[in-house]
Amino acid sequence: MTNYEFPDANSPGVVRLDDGHSPAEGTLPAVFENPGLPPHVHRMSDESERGAKRAEKQVAGLFGLSMVGTLLALFAYFAFPTDHRSWIPGLGTVSTINLLLGVGIGLGLLGIGLGAVHWAKTLMPDHETVEMRHPMRSSDDARAEFVDVMRSGGEKSQLFRRPLIKASLGGAMALFSLPLLVQLIGSMGPLPRNRLSVTFWDGPLENAEDALGGYEHRTFQPVRLVTDPEGLEIKAADVTIGSVYHILPKGLLELEENMLEEKAKAAVLLMRLDPTDFKSTEGGRKALEWSYNGIVAYSKICTHVGCPVGLYERTTHHLLCPCHQSTFDVTDDCKVIFGPAKRALPQLKITVDAEGYLVAAQPFMEPVGPSFWERES
Amino acid sequence: MNALARHRRHPAAIALLLLLGLIVTGTAYSALAPKAATAAVATADQVTEGHQLFLTNCATCHGTGALGTDKGPNLAGVGAAAVDFQMNTGRMPMAGPGVQAPRNVVTYTQEQISAIAAYVASLAPGPAVPDAALTSGENGNAGTGGMIFRTNCSMCHNSAFAGGALTRGKYAPKLHEMDGKIIYEAMLTGPQSMPVFNDTNLSPQAKADVIAYLKSMHEEGNPGGMALGSLGPVPEGLVAWIFGLGLLIGGAYWLGQKGA
Repeated sequence: MTNYEFPDANSPGVVRLDDGHSPAEGTLPAVFENPGLPPHVHRMSDESERGAKRAEKQVAGLFGLSMVGTLLALFAYFAFPTDHRSWIPGLGTVSTINLLLGVGIGLGLLGIGLGAVHWAKTLMPDHETVEMRHPMRSSDDARAEFVDVMRSGGEKSQLFRRPLIKASLGGAMALFSLPLLVQLIGSMGPLPRNRLSVTFWDGPLENAEDALGGYEHRTFQPVRLVTDPEGLEIKAADVTIGSVYHILPKGLLELEENMLEEKAKAAVLLMRLDPTDFKSTEGGRKALEWSYNGIVAYSKICTHVGCPVGLYERTTHHLLCPCHQSTFDVTDDCKVIFGPAKRALPQLKITVDAEGYLVAAQPFMEPVGPSFWERES
Repeated sequence: MNALARHRRHPAAIALLLLLGLIVTGTAYSALAPKAATAAVATADQVTEGHQLFLTNCATCHGTGALGTDKGPNLAGVGAAAVDFQMNTGRMPMAGPGVQAPRNVVTYTQEQISAIAAYVASLAPGPAVPDAALTSGENGNAGTGGMIFRTNCSMCHNSAFAGGALTRGKYAPKLHEMDGKIIYEAMLTGPQSMPVFNDTNLSPQAKADVIAYLKSMHEEGNPGGMALGSLGPVPEGLVAWIFGLGLLIGGAYWLGQKGA
C-alpha cells in the first residue's frame, strides 16, 4: 500500500464539493435563493393554429382507435363461437374470441386514455402556476372555544360529581366487550378430538358425527388395498420391483359422504423394492418387517403441511414432496433427508390374505400428515 | 380304412405317428400356452444383426453379454420395449455420463433399433413393443385417462405436461407432442427414475386411456395464449414484474413529461 499525498483544497484544479454554490468564498450560503420555475417553452400548438389543428386530429385519431378496438370486440363476440381456435405466430393455438375480445377491449380503453393524455398535454393550458402553502393551525379563538365546549359539556354531564354513574358506565362497557371475545375464542370450531388421529384404515366411521362428544368410533378390519382411481385389488405377485401404486383402502371410493375428507387422510403410496436395498438401520429393519417381501406402504400425506408426496424415484428410492421439496428415503423408513418436514412418513404395515391380495395388517400407528396441537409426538 | 389297417405294421408307421404326435402337441402348445412377452417377430437374422450393432454401439457400458458393467445396467429382461423407448428418444446411446440421460437426436434407423431390441429381448423375456392399436390414442377414453393421469403421472410430469424437477439434478421430462408409443413404453418399462406401471397396475386399456387423454389435451391447444412454459407462478410473476411494471413505469414517466 502506497501513501497518497492529498492535494491542498485550495490548490488549482481541485473541484470542491460545494463548488457552484458560493464560488467566491468557498462556503455555503446562509439562505438558498429560490431558483424559480424553468423558463416556459411554448408548444407547437401554442405557436400556430396549424399545430393546434394537428394536435386536435391526433387526439381524435386516438379516440378513433378506441372505437375501432371496441367495434372489433363487439364483432368478435358475435362472429366466433367459444371453441374456435386460431394459430397466431408467437402465441400458438389460442381461442380466437379470447384473443380478439382482449385486444379489442384493450385498444378501446387504451385509445381513450392515450387520447385524453395527449389532449391535456398538447391543447389544454400548460402555464405553470404556484399555489403557496398556508399554515394548518386553527386560530387562537377557535382553539379556546373548543376547550370551553369540552369543559362545559363535562360539567353539565355531572360525570365527576356522581361516582355511581361513572362506575356503572365503566362496568357496562367492560362487560360489553365479553360477548365479542367469547365468540372469537369459542367459535374457532369444534375440537378435533381423535379425528386427526384415525383414518379409514382404522375402519369406516361407525357413529354419527356429533355422538361420543366428537370422538370417532372405528373398528379395525384387515382391509384390502385398492388402486386409485380404478379401485382394483392388488395381488402381491403383480407388484414388480420398481412399481408404484397409488392406494386407498377398499370401500373408501364408494363412500357417499365425506369421501374426499377420508381420502385426504387415507391416501397411501405402495412401492416394491429389492429387500436387499433396505438400509441396515433400525428404521430400515422396521420398514422391511412391516413390508411384504419388500412391498412397502407409506402415507402419501407429507408431514410438513400435508401435500401429497408422490414423486418416487425408483433408482435412488427418494420420495419427493412437490410443494417444498421435502425428501424421504424409502430404504430408511422414509426418514427425512432434505427439506422442511420434521418427521418420517408413517408406514402402513401390510401383509397378504388367503387369496394373495395385499391387506393392511394394522391401521397407521401414528397420526398421518402435519403436526397439530393435540399430537403427542 | 382298409388301406390304413394294412400299413399299420409298416416300419415307417411308427415314425409317421411320432411325427404326427409331435406336430399336434407342438401346434396345440403354441396355440394354448401363455405367450412369452417378447417381440412378436424376431428372426434369427435380426437377432444376429442386433448383436453386431450392440457390440459396436452399446457394449462399452452394458458389457459384451449385455449383463451390465459398473457404467451401465444389466439389460437381461428389460425387453424390446425398453430398447425401443431409449433409442427412439435418443437417450441411448448416452452422450455422456450424468445423473440422467437427456432426450437427444435419434441417429439410428427403426430397423437398426428393432434389431438391437430383438437381440436384447432374446436374452430374457421382457415387455414387448406395444401394439399400435393401444398407442395410437384412438381407442382410449380421454376422461378415464385424465383421472388416471392426475393420480399417477401429474405429480412428476405436471398437470399441464410441462415436466418438473426431481431430487439432485434429475427431472421428469415434459410430455408435449410425444409419440403415443413412447408414452406407452415409458409406462411399461419405467426408464431411469420413473417407476414401472406394469399391466396389472395400469392395464393396457388404462394406458391407452392415458395416451388418449394426452392426445386430446394436446389437440385442445392452449386457449389462454402464451403458456410461459406452463410452470406456474414463477415465470408468470417474472413477466408481470418485468414487462407489466416496466410498461407502467414507462407510462407514468410519459404522463409526467411536459408537452413541449
